[in-house]
Amino acid sequence: MAVAAATFTVERGTITGLIGPNGAGKTTLFAIIAGFVTPTVGRVEFDGADVTAEPPHRRARRGIVRTFQIVQPFAGLSVRENIAVGAHLRHAGRRQALDTATEVASRVGLAAELDKPASALTVAGRKRLELARALATRPTLLLLDEVLAGLNPSEVAAMLPILRGLAQDGITVLMIEHVMQAVMQLCGHIHVLAQGHIIAAGPPAAICADPAVIEAYFGAGAARLTAVHG
Amino acid sequence: MRNTGMRLGWALLLVLAATPLLLPSNALLNFGVGVLIAALAAQGWNIIGGLGGQLSFGHAAFYGTGAYCAALLQLRFGWNAFAAAGAGVVAGATLGAAVGAVVFRAGLRGSYFALVTLAIAEVLRILANAAPATGGAAGLLLPLDARPVNFQFASRAAFYAVALACVGVALAITAWITRTRFGAQLAAVRENEDAARALGIDAFGIKVRAMTVSAGITAAAGVLYLQYYLYIDSSIAYGTSVSVSALLAPVIGGIGTVLGPVLGAVALEGLGTLTRLVAGSRAGVDQVLFGVLLIAAIAFVPGGLVGRRGRP
Repeated sequence: MAVAAATFTVERGTITGLIGPNGAGKTTLFAIIAGFVTPTVGRVEFDGADVTAEPPHRRARRGIVRTFQIVQPFAGLSVRENIAVGAHLRHAGRRQALDTATEVASRVGLAAELDKPASALTVAGRKRLELARALATRPTLLLLDEVLAGLNPSEVAAMLPILRGLAQDGITVLMIEHVMQAVMQLCGHIHVLAQGHIIAAGPPAAICADPAVIEAYFGAGAARLTAVHG
Repeated sequence: MRNTGMRLGWALLLVLAATPLLLPSNALLNFGVGVLIAALAAQGWNIIGGLGGQLSFGHAAFYGTGAYCAALLQLRFGWNAFAAAGAGVVAGATLGAAVGAVVFRAGLRGSYFALVTLAIAEVLRILANAAPATGGAAGLLLPLDARPVNFQFASRAAFYAVALACVGVALAITAWITRTRFGAQLAAVRENEDAARALGIDAFGIKVRAMTVSAGITAAAGVLYLQYYLYIDSSIAYGTSVSVSALLAPVIGGIGTVLGPVLGAVALEGLGTLTRLVAGSRAGVDQVLFGVLLIAAIAFVPGGLVGRRGRP
């Protein structure tokens, strides 16, 4: 079992971080929340409703939308068409969906690439496209799986204000992230997952000093060493 | 580049479509009707295969069901030919929905989907060949009574015009789909099903709907064949060659494009007829040529004659 005891809640309108060593089960946990994996035990609740039995597209209609750690563009479609697919969740009309795509693209910095095929984007561009498609669905809970991974420091710096803007717009964000500088700056609250268990939760500063977290990342005894060496 | 190709394709097609009507000769009209029936079957295939990316190897199942249903309703139940034709299209579409519901629920994609559809068409061919109700190996013969009320025409040009109208309707349906939410969601499912589901698309429902429309159009081609030749048997209606031609034309002409299946059908039927003229009665030479053509098309113009360029 990849995820065993990971009970936690995410407060509306906040950016919450989900961190943990490789293989902790973070992406599996996302897949369970978004409906791609059915848990053998346990429940997923959203807005007070039990959504455990719902397929991904129903949950997306409720507002739970995920991005993928390994980007999944619609490679044969243009950037505009890619984003419009997301926009179609709330707009039946082609015109409105394409207009929404243009708006969302300028918000995430893809305005110049709208007519390019998605396959022509750089890594940074594809990460933005993942985010743009998800945003175009007007999510209430956005699950971001390492949208900053693989970006250089200036690209990360460019993404931070975009992500911060999401929470200001009332979108609840749960993000898996390894870029700690970003997690520290963005997240009000962090959950730490290790070997399928939530081993710590709290504000960023407290998490960094938590001996259980340090040991999860660096091995048993690491916390004592850090304490000694300051 | 794509626009120029498209415009050229349209112009070429309009000229070709008008030729048999302006220079009516029996040979030309026969050839024209053959092309249109092949084109209509291919247009149906193109909805699920081209727009939806689910490559069926068994569209004969729908072609044959349309033809057999229309024939049996006329012969055994005395239905009017147009009502029977409509029922044939509905029967084909219903079979498409049922096959889609079962196959897509089971999560079959790629070669598994191709194999299962091939098997379904073969099973239907064997059943139609064996069952007394479908005329067995002798097939079904509609009585000749060339009156428009019977969907039979004394003039070949009139039938050609009807077939042309059917292809026109299928063109309009395809063009309409590519401009709607349904079309965008179908393209998304084709490109990446998981990403599509994450964005709120009911991939299963979309594919079943596409399969229904696709099967209905291909069934209409089977009905047209029946009404033109007034005879079907199990290998004409459910034969593998029907499935192959329905998928080959879009692949040659431009898979997933509005015009591709029609252009491909013109190219294939044209080459087939030419080969038969040149090679005479040596059986199978046209089939060999089709094989060579398919390999050449995949190697040199993977997107087809008017296809999306630059795709892998």
